[in-house]
Amino acid sequence: MSDGQVIIGLEIHCQLDTKTKLFCGCSTDYRDDGPNTHVCPVCLGLPGTMPAVNRRAVEFALKVAKAFHCEIPEECEFSRKNYFYPDLPKGYQITQYDRPLALGGHIVIESEEGGEKKVRLTRIHMEEDPGRLVHCGGGSRARYSLVDYNRSGVPLIEIVTEPDLRSPKEARRLLAKLRATLEYLGVYDYGKEGSLRVDANISIAGHDRVEIKNISSYKGVEKALTFEITRQRSLIRRGASVDRETRHFVEARGTTTASRSKVEEHDYRYFPEPDLPPLRVASWVDDISLPELPDARRERFMSQYGLSVNHARTLTGDLALAEFFEVVAGDDPLLVATWVADILLGELNYRDRSIATVDVARFRSLIALRKAGTITDHSGVEVLRAVLDTPEEPASIVERLGLAVTGEDIVASAIAEVLSEQPQAVADYRAGKGNALNYLAGQVMKKTRGRADPRDVGRRLTEALAE
Amino acid sequence: MEDRFNAYLLRSEDPGLDSGPLAGRTVAIKDNISTAGLETTCGSRILKGYIPPYDAHVVTLLREAGAAINGKTNLDEFGMGTTTENSGYGPTLNPVDSSRVPGGSSGGSAAAVAAGLADLALGTDTGGSIRCPASFCGIVGLKPTYGRVSRYGLIAYANSLETIGPMARTVADVSALYRVISRPDPRDTTMQGRPYEHDPVASVRGLRIGIPAEFFGAGVDPRVSAKVQEAIETLAGCGAVIVPVSMPSMKYALAAYYITCTSEASSNLARYDGVRFGPGGESQRSWHDAFTAVRGEHFGEEVRRRILLGTFALSAGYYGRYYGKAQTARANVAGDFERLFGSVDLLAGPTMPTVAFRLGELADPLSMYLADVLTVPANLAGIPAISVPCGEVAGLPVGLQLMGRRFDDETVIDAAAAFEAEVTA
Ligand SMILES: [Zn+2]
Repeated sequence: MSDGQVIIGLEIHCQLDTKTKLFCGCSTDYRDDGPNTHVCPVCLGLPGTMPAVNRRAVEFALKVAKAFHCEIPEECEFSRKNYFYPDLPKGYQITQYDRPLALGGHIVIESEEGGEKKVRLTRIHMEEDPGRLVHCGGGSRARYSLVDYNRSGVPLIEIVTEPDLRSPKEARRLLAKLRATLEYLGVYDYGKEGSLRVDANISIAGHDRVEIKNISSYKGVEKALTFEITRQRSLIRRGASVDRETRHFVEARGTTTASRSKVEEHDYRYFPEPDLPPLRVASWVDDISLPELPDARRERFMSQYGLSVNHARTLTGDLALAEFFEVVAGDDPLLVATWVADILLGELNYRDRSIATVDVARFRSLIALRKAGTITDHSGVEVLRAVLDTPEEPASIVERLGLAVTGEDIVASAIAEVLSEQPQAVADYRAGKGNALNYLAGQVMKKTRGRADPRDVGRRLTEALAE
Repeated sequence: MEDRFNAYLLRSEDPGLDSGPLAGRTVAIKDNISTAGLETTCGSRILKGYIPPYDAHVVTLLREAGAAINGKTNLDEFGMGTTTENSGYGPTLNPVDSSRVPGGSSGGSAAAVAAGLADLALGTDTGGSIRCPASFCGIVGLKPTYGRVSRYGLIAYANSLETIGPMARTVADVSALYRVISRPDPRDTTMQGRPYEHDPVASVRGLRIGIPAEFFGAGVDPRVSAKVQEAIETLAGCGAVIVPVSMPSMKYALAAYYITCTSEASSNLARYDGVRFGPGGESQRSWHDAFTAVRGEHFGEEVRRRILLGTFALSAGYYGRYYGKAQTARANVAGDFERLFGSVDLLAGPTMPTVAFRLGELADPLSMYLADVLTVPANLAGIPAISVPCGEVAGLPVGLQLMGRRFDDETVIDAAAAFEAEVTA
């Protein structure tokens, strides 16, 4: 049937935000530096070099495993995954295969119905990132490619979920929860290019499974899955079969395309990495203390500040946002929650900016002005925009734009003027046309240049019309 | 002095230091050990022109100890051979008889020492590559316990089997060189932090020495057997207790060894794609085509054979039957040694089943593999083993092999020193 259940499992690669690479001492902070400036004989794969495991990276991975309730086997080991690709300096990737760092565990997300849902994890393992290819001459017509090994050897964890997800929305929620948790743990920097890469397995119940490779953002994951569901359903509706294959997500077009699946079938010839003794790290877990994680913080925001579950969820879904909220919450957390979750986030999204760029002191002043009733919600938004776009102080913005809430006489005279200028609208209102009131209120707001409280205007306009 | 035996691939002038445990002593270094600023080829055309930007840990230690590094020595390409004929730069000749091979794969190092071109040499031993040429050239060569000498900078052939080790004309010199190179190195995490700090004591009094019957079985030249039996009697005369023992796992050792080493090699050698080092360079072909061409052109026949064998052994569907099974056999060999070392202190037998082959004599790869049968068990188990000269057969040197418990290289060296003292007295 074409409306069969959607079944999704994810394999998520995240870069661990350690100072140095997984098997050598090179710095991982190459963001502002030229290609091949953060390299050494080890991460270049020069003959004779040997890997030595970065203890910090193991600790970071164990933190993640503990946060997601995984089981840590007594012993784990690294293996070699052998394949030829020009970004892979050794001709193999050091990863974990049949003896990973962590098994089982789960991530709790909000389900489609609004309740809680446990998404089971299969495993978490550690591996090294390969280098990066730069194709010169543009796309598939590139004449040659250059290799940048700055990324070579950056520590990754791969988190594999069971096929427990039932919609692209759940997949997005899982990734958001994962990202938030990793940030709370202090092991992850989403801002780094390529810090998150996802492979998704998706099928419609009763049909073959398709793997979508290398999606590099979580908006991309939702898009790719949504496209893929439509594609698979329409195949099934037409009576065609879904091929078991690997597809690639084309970010620019929001579609997936088949890769040359048969040619790309690999036999990776895994075997234990002979240069690294097995790791016995199960006992380290006891020494790892976890910080407050998103779920606990959400509960606290509800009990401590009295926030609604939706506000609490939004505000704790991102570490920097939660910290920002707590800094500015002051003695009116409900008002602040509304301003941060419902207004500020939208303005930031529109500007593609992060919460970190918001000036705490000026945002506080804005809230204080609103709380004192100096400005309305409506003009508050205008002030907020100016706070985000200029270095000006809120008080000075209010003064410059004349946004301070005014005495009632101005509203009264504005209403009187509007009623006499708009006889048709008044007649419409009296004839029972509901939106005539909105129109008239808009005219009043325009005359007061937004300084009036819209609810107040509505109430008094109704009174005036009733006379 | 002229290098009449093609022992060196590159000779260098380094006076060393005036002080230090190896002050001014000349040391030859096998060319699979990285030396900053000195071309390092592994005896392979695929690394021609490669000059490492860093020193192997052992080379750093040699420089600090005042040694005068006088060149890089020839080897079977990437250490894959038992004769030093499989070099991309021509064979090395045996200084004892230049119609013979020096053994391999550290044939260049053995020849340099035997010919007096170097006081000391570093070799590497994956399946006998130090002990075989030591035996064939009539010098002393030690394969240390696995994990006692840093492999950082040793260009890997079979990581889980190989170690760097000392070669010299006397046990005392082998011991002195071993002391210098067995210092800890955090870059090799398979090291066990057990540096060798011993001064040899030439005594076997009261030691129990096991003689595995399998070391004197079919394929061993009876003249070599007889010579080694004489040596064992000499040890008995010095106060050792001789105990006949048996090592049933020997019959799997060679197969376990070749499957393990070729598997690891197939992966280790994947990085030679002509992109970052060695010949390659400009090509209009796609990357896969270009690197396939480079590898086909510059790897020698034996290397290509072992890459193919190893790739096959690790393939899906065959892994369990080959690599997996080889690891079981390997564990059995180690188990056999452990059992034997519960009742004896050392094991003794011939190093090689024969004396040095004529050049070209081992044209068939299988007969070459069979020649490793007495040396590979020590590598499979990671135990120390030494080859010390014990006389001649038809004018060609024979080596006595002594094997000890893991991390008991000291007893191995003491026994070799006792034997050497007895026969040179
Ligand atoms: Zn590095």
